[in-house]
Amino acid sequence: MTTCAPLLELRNLQKHYFLRPNLLGKPTATVHALDDVNLTLSAGETLSIVGESGCGKSTLGKTVVRLHQPTDGQILLDGRRVDQIGGAELKAFRARVQVVFQDPYSSLNPRIRVRDTLSEPLHNFGLAKDAAAVTQRVEELLDMVGLPRDAAGRYPHEFSGGQRQRIAIARALSPRPDLIVCDEAVSALDVSVKAQIVNLLGDIQKKTGLAMLFISHDLAIVEHLTHRVAVMYLGRVVEVGNRREIFGNALHPYTRALISAVPQPDPMNKTRRKLLTGDVPSPIAPPPGCRFNTRCPFATDLCRAEVPVLRAVGGTHQIACHYDNLVEAAA
Amino acid sequence: MELLNVQHLRTHFRSAEGAVRAVEDVSFRLETGKTLAIVGESGSGKSVTSLSIMGLLDKKTARNSGSITFGGRNLLTLSEREMRKIRGNEIGMVFQEPMTSLNPVLSVGRQIGETLRLHQGLSRQAARTRAIDLLRLVDIPAPERRIDEYPHQLSGGMRQRVMIAIALACEPKLLIADEPTTALDVTVQAQVLDLMRDLQKRTGTAIILITHDLGVVADIADRVIVMYAGRTVEEAATADLYARPMHPYTKGLLATIPRLGSSLLPGEPARLEEIPGQVPSLRKPIHGCAFAGRCKFSVDLCRSKAPVLERKSEGHSVACHLADNGVSA
Ligand SMILES: Nc1ncnc2c1ncn2[C@@H]1O[C@H](COP(=O)(O)OP(=O)(O)OP(=O)(O)O)[C@@H](O)[C@H]1O
Ligand SMILES: Nc1ncnc2c1ncn2[C@@H]1O[C@H](COP(=O)(O)OP(=O)(O)OP(=O)(O)O)[C@@H](O)[C@H]1O
Ligand SMILES: [Mg+2]
Ligand SMILES: [Mg+2]
Repeated sequence: MTTCAPLLELRNLQKHYFLRPNLLGKPTATVHALDDVNLTLSAGETLSIVGESGCGKSTLGKTVVRLHQPTDGQILLDGRRVDQIGGAELKAFRARVQVVFQDPYSSLNPRIRVRDTLSEPLHNFGLAKDAAAVTQRVEELLDMVGLPRDAAGRYPHEFSGGQRQRIAIARALSPRPDLIVCDEAVSALDVSVKAQIVNLLGDIQKKTGLAMLFISHDLAIVEHLTHRVAVMYLGRVVEVGNRREIFGNALHPYTRALISAVPQPDPMNKTRRKLLTGDVPSPIAPPPGCRFNTRCPFATDLCRAEVPVLRAVGGTHQIACHYDNLVEAAA
Repeated sequence: MELLNVQHLRTHFRSAEGAVRAVEDVSFRLETGKTLAIVGESGSGKSVTSLSIMGLLDKKTARNSGSITFGGRNLLTLSEREMRKIRGNEIGMVFQEPMTSLNPVLSVGRQIGETLRLHQGLSRQAARTRAIDLLRLVDIPAPERRIDEYPHQLSGGMRQRVMIAIALACEPKLLIADEPTTALDVTVQAQVLDLMRDLQKRTGTAIILITHDLGVVADIADRVIVMYAGRTVEEAATADLYARPMHPYTKGLLATIPRLGSSLLPGEPARLEEIPGQVPSLRKPIHGCAFAGRCKFSVDLCRSKAPVLERKSEGHSVACHLADNGVSA
């Protein structure tokens, strides 16, 4: 791993959504989608974001690529702040930082042929030399994501869900970005195509130093491809570490629960998985103290009163828990 | 009791550059109270098959043949008016892309409420109460508040659960769920599967589950069909398929499932196992076996003659010329 300044750095990042303003223009409720997130990502590295539905993963992705404005905190790219930039600076930023969304159909323009979808970033960011170069790049991109070249002339509705997802991936790779945010980008693909795309991204990463922020519910895939993992719960990062630290030695009770709930692809082994019980608290009124305390089997009074901060526990491993290894300590 | 019988379904799309042979030959049966999983390569025709059953393909470009018998009637011959009575009432569907199937300008409550009022004749107030119950059932936190929000204000997984709530609302005889759990975390996923199981136990709903997640299939399906390039290539009881896959594509699929534990291996993240090669183009007719080009066992026969789906043992069929002489080698 590199020791130079990280490509991306998030400092105390916060994103709140304000719902339905009342007549006085004051919001009636606030969704605490992200609170106090501190993360770094280096060139050539993959950082995965995992956590329950609604914990703020997509919000993190959208904020990093500047589709959402952070409520507070800083985003740095190559050590320079990018959370306030606009105009030409923002355009240059967009050429370097690309995103693949969770729901590809809504992000592909139904009236635009695949060829134009893929070449648009080239024109947009002034990366197109001439028509022949554009055609060549489009074909290269289609080959990369395993779509036939005749796909270029077709419209999004003529493709299956997984094929549209690949179009979105090809579009993101088109301007040769430095950072790509993949939000459930391979979830809609069958295992074999998924493997091809994941391997492709890995190859590009090795060749070009592409950095990836990989958001996924598929922990087996994450374990396979990632360098580091950040586990989120209700808008906060609760544990960060490299893949061995997280998958081999998770310390936060939430991470433990998350990993033990993964279903096994074996019909003979339908052992009841250990699932978390208790209601997921609403991000509109997150519980005081540790946000996980309402579902944590080991929670103490301290957990209900004080917010644990993310702290180093050896190696690159960090946890936000008042205790060092609560699961084992309680056993 | 047999609820659904699909025989030799074929769906071709008309396009400027000729026909797209999306579904070429798909057959299966489904009984009341049972769950059938459809798995297969991306683009193999799973969604098109389910849209055909729902009668939702654009008749101007899509051509269906074969038969889809549901409750004694061939759905392919029904008028749009007759289909509309069946859709949402007798057959419910969870679509693959929740954002496109939810109306962006209607609040979540209105969308669920309208389905309930249309199909169950509930009053506005009763529909709202029931909609909140349904949201609670699919584990959306603070449903009383969420019900007035718009789809873009929900996370991906929440939108998916709203779709599931709508499909479950009318307690259909047949529920088609296209990738219902893709964007869900394992906890919510398990809850959604439990919900579908509950509904099935209570009302005898038959379920068609389309998914790439072979863990989910193992968990919930009674039988599985495997599709490749618009064809059924294998059909079996779930446990039988996992223990004794016969088609080389099925074998490849089962062998490439990533499993937990890879970080214990030494070294950097490794490459994932893939099935090399690409699916054939659906624009040209395929002579022979559609998988032949990627199959390491293929012989001349495979490239010249299309294999038909044949029963090899009790309840286990496969379309492969070599299934008898141990492709498992
Ligand atoms: N535009 C918005 N307005 C209001 N609330 C929003 C908006 N976008 C997201 N939220 C809320 O913020 C929270 C986090 O949402 P986010 O989409 O980041 O979750 P996620 O971790 O990506 O979940 P999933 O795994 O289901 O995709 C959720 O409670 C969601 O309802
Ligand atoms: N409206 C259409 N016009 C032309 N071709 C279409 C149309 N809809 C689907 N197709 C083609 O039909 C084939 C089957 O598509 P389908 O959506 O059924 O795949 P799928 O098995 O559901 O794949 P996925 O797992 O990626 O969702 C694909 O090759 C697709 O490109
Ligand atoms: Mg999301
Ligand atoms: Mg599909």
